[in-house]
Amino acid sequence: MQTACTLCEVAHHIKSGKHARLHNANYVNLQALTQNPQLKSIVVRLAGDSGDGIQLMGSQFAVSTALSGRDFATFPDYPAEIRAPAGTTFGVSAYQINLGDDPITTPGDSPDVLVAFNPAALKVSLPMLHPGTLIIVNNDGFSARNLAKAGYETSPLDDDSLSEYSVVVADIGRLNLEAVAEFGLSKSDGGQCKNFWALGLLFWMFDRSLDSAIGWLDRRLKDAPSMRDANVAALRAGHAYGETSELSAVAKVRVGQAQLKPGRYRSITGSEAMALGIAAAGELADRQVLFCSYPITPSSPLLHRLAKLGEHGVGTFQAEDEIAAIGAAIGASYGGMIGATSSSGPGIALKTEALGLAVSAELPLLVVNWQRGGPSTGLPTKTEQSDLYQAIYGRNGDTPIPVLAAASAGDCFDTAIEATRIALRHMTPVILLADGYLSNAAEPWRIPELSDYAPIDSHAVDAGDGSDPQRLAFARDASSHGRPWVTPGMPDLVHRIGGLEKDLASGHISYDPDNHQAMTDLRRRKLESVADFIPDQTMEFGDDSGDIVLVGWGSTRGPLYQAARRTGTSFIHIRYLNPLPKNLGTLLSRFRSVVVAEMNDGQLSTVLRDKLGLQPTPLTKVTGQPFLISELMNAIEQERSKL
Amino acid sequence: MSSPLTAKDFASSQEIRWCPGCGDYAILKSVTKALADVGAEPDKTAFVSGIGCAARFPYYVNTYGFHTIHGRAPAIATGLKLANPELDVWVATGDGDALSIGGNHLIHTLRRNVGLKILLFNNEVYGLTKGQYSPTSRIGTRTPSSPDGSFDEPVSAGQLALGCGGRFFARAIDTDKTGLAHVLEQAHAFDGTALTEIYQNCIVYNKDVYASFTDRKTAAETQLHLRHGEPMLFGKDSEHGIAFDNERYALKIVDSSTAPDDVLIHDETNDVIARLLIALEAPVALGVIYRNPATAYETAFYAHHPTGMARRRSVADVIAGPNSWQVE
Repeated sequence: MQTACTLCEVAHHIKSGKHARLHNANYVNLQALTQNPQLKSIVVRLAGDSGDGIQLMGSQFAVSTALSGRDFATFPDYPAEIRAPAGTTFGVSAYQINLGDDPITTPGDSPDVLVAFNPAALKVSLPMLHPGTLIIVNNDGFSARNLAKAGYETSPLDDDSLSEYSVVVADIGRLNLEAVAEFGLSKSDGGQCKNFWALGLLFWMFDRSLDSAIGWLDRRLKDAPSMRDANVAALRAGHAYGETSELSAVAKVRVGQAQLKPGRYRSITGSEAMALGIAAAGELADRQVLFCSYPITPSSPLLHRLAKLGEHGVGTFQAEDEIAAIGAAIGASYGGMIGATSSSGPGIALKTEALGLAVSAELPLLVVNWQRGGPSTGLPTKTEQSDLYQAIYGRNGDTPIPVLAAASAGDCFDTAIEATRIALRHMTPVILLADGYLSNAAEPWRIPELSDYAPIDSHAVDAGDGSDPQRLAFARDASSHGRPWVTPGMPDLVHRIGGLEKDLASGHISYDPDNHQAMTDLRRRKLESVADFIPDQTMEFGDDSGDIVLVGWGSTRGPLYQAARRTGTSFIHIRYLNPLPKNLGTLLSRFRSVVVAEMNDGQLSTVLRDKLGLQPTPLTKVTGQPFLISELMNAIEQERSKL
Repeated sequence: MSSPLTAKDFASSQEIRWCPGCGDYAILKSVTKALADVGAEPDKTAFVSGIGCAARFPYYVNTYGFHTIHGRAPAIATGLKLANPELDVWVATGDGDALSIGGNHLIHTLRRNVGLKILLFNNEVYGLTKGQYSPTSRIGTRTPSSPDGSFDEPVSAGQLALGCGGRFFARAIDTDKTGLAHVLEQAHAFDGTALTEIYQNCIVYNKDVYASFTDRKTAAETQLHLRHGEPMLFGKDSEHGIAFDNERYALKIVDSSTAPDDVLIHDETNDVIARLLIALEAPVALGVIYRNPATAYETAFYAHHPTGMARRRSVADVIAGPNSWQVE
């Protein structure tokens, strides 16, 4: 999309980002860092080889950020290969964190501090930087070999190509090896500690306690004391380097404390919150949960988390394939537990036929889709929202399924509970859309009280009443159309279910033409009835009428909220995507222009056209990277100029 | 206490929609009788099936029943068994359902040893889709999709079962009431995956495919009925025996009167001999060919689960994680 910058009227590609950031981003410049003022927020990016321990370093920095009372949002960005060839640009693993006192809802558009472990990490990060970014470079990583691998003919450290930035060159590799020399590790093992050395330097810059990282090392490496000691020594050495070096550009950074709502907080990723939410849903429904899954990126972390929640009535079953995973989950629901499964787009595609079975058999089921870039295998580690059509429309037959989406890491908790509530109330599978960004991203989360959540009702029965059990099993609730949850083992309730069309009342197989019409109507009404139980759509920001409303769903809430706030634009975030809240059409009709921002090729725009007859303006991005606030702001201004 | 249930109590009121003369009728009769004989309770029994003629089975049995989707019955039944290990869970499947589209689930169910009783109705043809060759069809089988005869090698259910670590494999013929009753009873008693292959006569699309050994007149010569601990004898007067051919590493037929000491004693736990018995074409080995118990998956699942699936702690106890902080 070509668009003109509203400030300087230079036409440029909004996705290039850099120009837009010059005008829009609240970036920190060189002076800001050296003169040591109090900053509202700051963006730090760590980048290195996928074997450098960048993700670990980032998550440890995030934990210490959380414990220091700042708001933050993170963006782990790593390659699909476990150990991509060292030194290459496609093997770069990065972790970006935005922290400060402002409500932080995105990982930040442009890094103010970059730690680059090698030339490739520097090269792929440069387009994101702004003049004045502080770049801390691991000098030892800039060998001739690594420079060549990154495509540099001469070292960027030796020419003036980095002149608009503030560059600190540190011998991180050598200094780290010196720090760990006394522990008798191999050169390779010792070298692995350099992420903790760099973490120590960051801790010094940000005035952080070393305790949380040392505590983590104590727990993680309790069986490898020399590795533990070496990492602690590296951490302390990096910290001491900051204390004693006289590098003018590296000063202590002071960032304001966040003004968060009072309460107890923790740092949480989407997969952690989802796991806790699923376990909590079981508790609220007083049912055990059987989570059946097949490993796939970026869904697997949920399986790992749930595997540790056994004491909370959760069981996990690693199935032989995606179809077996949903099959076993359906079997568990048939047996009276809450059956749940998760995957990513390609795996969800494999589960499609079984989803139809759960609809036909009227069994509850929770299906989490951690979306990633597609089609086919696509971009396994990159984020996208391109499975909305799949969730709403992607099945054979007229097979409606409720669809919800989580907005943030913490929101995965609430959405998992809500999705389970719908599944049990309406006796239906429910698809919960999350994405790769949410799975790994961390944010501070105000820990909720479980007692604040209403218990989850199901249409539970435990024994027959002497009437025809086949008929009783399909005696549906008038408002939700949910049927009694009869499970094998219950006395006097022997009946049969299946994927063949059944008689509306008796539940026996029926090929009667009028009955199939009636059953199709029932399944549609059941979906529609979900809207009777969900809250009205509210404004996420701004007035409820006007020229432009920005509309989004899922994990883009953060950047959309910031762009709306900074441009004074109304903003609607949709959590319930199928069915849509009843008042959504009326609400949207009060605006002259509906701009739908999403990380796909315009799927929610299509859904709004389909369901509400609207003609929205799509604002789309499918680069595998989350939206930048600046590009959204530019697009909003562009739309405004057309009105 | 109420009087014991009979086969009739396990027959459902549903109108049966198999072709007249189909071998499935005989299997249904034997199964309902076996359920009564072993003292099964309808409330605690569930039949799960996929797609195919055999998959209609749950509609005709008066127990809980779930007619699911093609090939997936073992997966769905696994979830059910994990949710409620007290249930008697049976899977009714066919050669296409179990060995073709659902092959993966069968493999992994067997290796896990999930407590499912799998009845594999093998008629070497796709019936419900009108007669295409199946993964067990012999080379040269002429069908609408193989007009010049099929040319792909068939799969052996028994070899597959042992190859992927299955712990129980038995065989019977649909119309052989005694043999079928015996293996059904043994399968029911087995704690783990019990795979029973039932030679089933599809009278419409593959009539008499097993006639060479199912004909009653010649059965004594063509069938080897195995019993654990008993000699492998067949023939009208048990005049033939099965022995091990030390030179060919194979089974051979011997005269039981002249070489009685050579006749093998059936040891269900011997997987090497079981493989040879499965491959035997004349006579065809029937009965429990292999049984070598191991911990059932659901037993291991609950034993390995920290609380046996009980909810011992509230999520509220752990929701704060290792690092949390207070904002005033």
